[in-house]
Amino acid sequence: MKGSFKADKQTNAGGLLSQGLSAHDRQRRRLLKGATGIVAASTVFGVPTIWAQNIKDVTLRQFGTGVSNLNDVGTKVKEDLGFSLEMTALDSDSVAQRAATQPKSFDIADIEYWICKKVWPAGNLQPMDTSKIDNYDKIAGIFKSGKLTEESVIAQGTAPHTVGFVDGPDGKDFVAEESGWMTLIPTIYNADTLGIRPDLIDEEVSSWAQLLDPKYKGKASILDIASIGIMDAAMVCEAMGEIAYGDKGNMTRDEIDKTLAIMTEAKNNGQFRAFWKSFDESVNLMASGEVVIQSMWSPAISAVRAKGIPCVYQPLKEGYRSWGGGIGLSKNLSGLELDAAYEYINWYLSGWVGGYLMRQGYYSAVPETSKEFMSADEWGYWFEGKPAEGEIVNPQGVVMEQAGALRDGGSFEQRMGSVACWNSVMDENQHMLRKWNEFIAA
Amino acid sequence: MNLESLRHTALSWLQLSPIVLILGFFLVLPIIAIVTVSFWGSTEYSYFPAFIVENYQYLFSSHVTYSVYLKTFMFTFMTWSLTLAIGFTVAYFLAFHVRGLYTQIGLFLLCTVPFWTSNIIRMISWIPFLGRNGIANSSLLELGLIDQPLEWLLFSDFAVVLAFVHLFTLFMIVPIFNTMMRIDHSLMEAARDAGASGFQILTNVVIPLSKPGIMIGSIFVVTLVMGDFITVRFMSGGQSASVGRLISNEIGLLQYPAASASAVVLLATVLIMISIMLRFVDIRKEL
Repeated sequence: MKGSFKADKQTNAGGLLSQGLSAHDRQRRRLLKGATGIVAASTVFGVPTIWAQNIKDVTLRQFGTGVSNLNDVGTKVKEDLGFSLEMTALDSDSVAQRAATQPKSFDIADIEYWICKKVWPAGNLQPMDTSKIDNYDKIAGIFKSGKLTEESVIAQGTAPHTVGFVDGPDGKDFVAEESGWMTLIPTIYNADTLGIRPDLIDEEVSSWAQLLDPKYKGKASILDIASIGIMDAAMVCEAMGEIAYGDKGNMTRDEIDKTLAIMTEAKNNGQFRAFWKSFDESVNLMASGEVVIQSMWSPAISAVRAKGIPCVYQPLKEGYRSWGGGIGLSKNLSGLELDAAYEYINWYLSGWVGGYLMRQGYYSAVPETSKEFMSADEWGYWFEGKPAEGEIVNPQGVVMEQAGALRDGGSFEQRMGSVACWNSVMDENQHMLRKWNEFIAA
Repeated sequence: MNLESLRHTALSWLQLSPIVLILGFFLVLPIIAIVTVSFWGSTEYSYFPAFIVENYQYLFSSHVTYSVYLKTFMFTFMTWSLTLAIGFTVAYFLAFHVRGLYTQIGLFLLCTVPFWTSNIIRMISWIPFLGRNGIANSSLLELGLIDQPLEWLLFSDFAVVLAFVHLFTLFMIVPIFNTMMRIDHSLMEAARDAGASGFQILTNVVIPLSKPGIMIGSIFVVTLVMGDFITVRFMSGGQSASVGRLISNEIGLLQYPAASASAVVLLATVLIMISIMLRFVDIRKEL
């Protein structure tokens, strides 16, 4: 009614000026009448439409590392679910700080499991009800029992399942068994190893110990994020046979001191060219040839290869250092926003994102659903370790591998089955940090 | 006190209040917060209010602190002396050799052109230049001056100081140029007429009269270098530490009390350095 009244008034005004309706005005008048019809219809159907309208206004703010905070995911969420998802990508340290100290600045925290151990006690996240997670049963075993298969051995460090559950909706303490209340919904994980430049190295690299081989003096690097760097250092020292750790993920003071003494000696002998802190730094070090062997992340390897420079994510006999990430909900979420967040989580695990992440070289927490969003060839290459039948493209459509290529390290079971330790926070965190600072200052 | 002077005082305070409020809120309060937290306790995963001096005890008993401060002082001193030498020369050239105000201003603006891009970009662009296969090394190799790439060009203390000098020289040029422009040229002519040599004019007339500018520039450079963490990290490839880097590492692992204690010590150090510098020149009198 209101609409047509307005239209009449407009026509009248127009009439005064132009004496009579033009064809254009008549058409507009019909359109306005149509519009009032739509408004009337939507009020008849009532609630669901209102909900659908409301959820469009919902904006969830997610932050995390650049690894999985991708704008493509935000765009797809808008398309599939209707609400907005704002993404903020930060470095690992800033992620931990934000999750622990600025609870009001986010709705969804995309964090890593080892950070969870630091962040959870701050009480800024709320446990998630697993009965609301549609694909809970399909989540990979590593995140629930810690075991990939029945007979696998649980690796050292902060294995995701050890910080994956709490005892109730207000739970503060981690429990080892599946309690129905999850701290983080697992989304992404991978097995990390050393990256090498096969064109500049003329021998077989098969052990973490080779990082400190004098042959690579001035051409090696590790990362300068203390909690991850110390794990790589431990893999190296153990491979060298210098230290036998009780648990690399939770070292004693003595083990920390010995590890960093070995690294400091290597540093003073000029073994390292540089230490890197961000993804881009590691890519540049490798691509420019400043470094030929270094600890690295999987997509960084792809980034080097994308520049046409050979780079291999070398599987090593001691196994991988692994990490896992997941999404946690802010304590401040409630009502419609909380519903939207659960909807987002269910969507996240339903396959599209999984397929996207798998094409980047990571693993999806629910491999089964990702399979539906990948071609048989892609699935064979990324997950089953089979030779590619055709070209393999990355999520942006850039060709990464030609037919016949094999994934470094083989299949999912081979890779995730050889995890030696998980990224972790140690009880002696503070001591470790002080020693790490000594190492950097040496 | 009569009413008139009371009103006068009140008016002064009123005029002063915006700056007092701004400084109080954005400078004094944060510093109080940092000092407070520096006495807090912390565990591996959290920190809590307390009054303990463990953070400072560790700081003063650790040899890392001393070696890092030594390194930071070394960076500061080298950067300061190089920026001073370059900055003074450039300012001198602009102020006394270039004829014509427009040319002077034009050339002065030219000095600021590199500063139209961000600090980080100017710093990072050195990396491909100095690298093992970078332009510097490949040019030297082609000229036959060296047989193999110079490794110390990049990811070394040399690279750090180079970047600092590049980043901060303008902070010297501006205040020195500013004071030099106020020097009455007749003073120099008088000195020359009295038989002073060029060197004597420089040491007896120009340098003493440029002192406030030199001091202001020095304060800029010293405080910037003392507090820097990003340049040291990037240009040394993470191999060198400065006080700022240790603080940023501590913040990274959520060790806020320890980081606060380091920050308080750094702040005190810088304040002491500035007060020593101010003893040499009374800036207020000179301006």
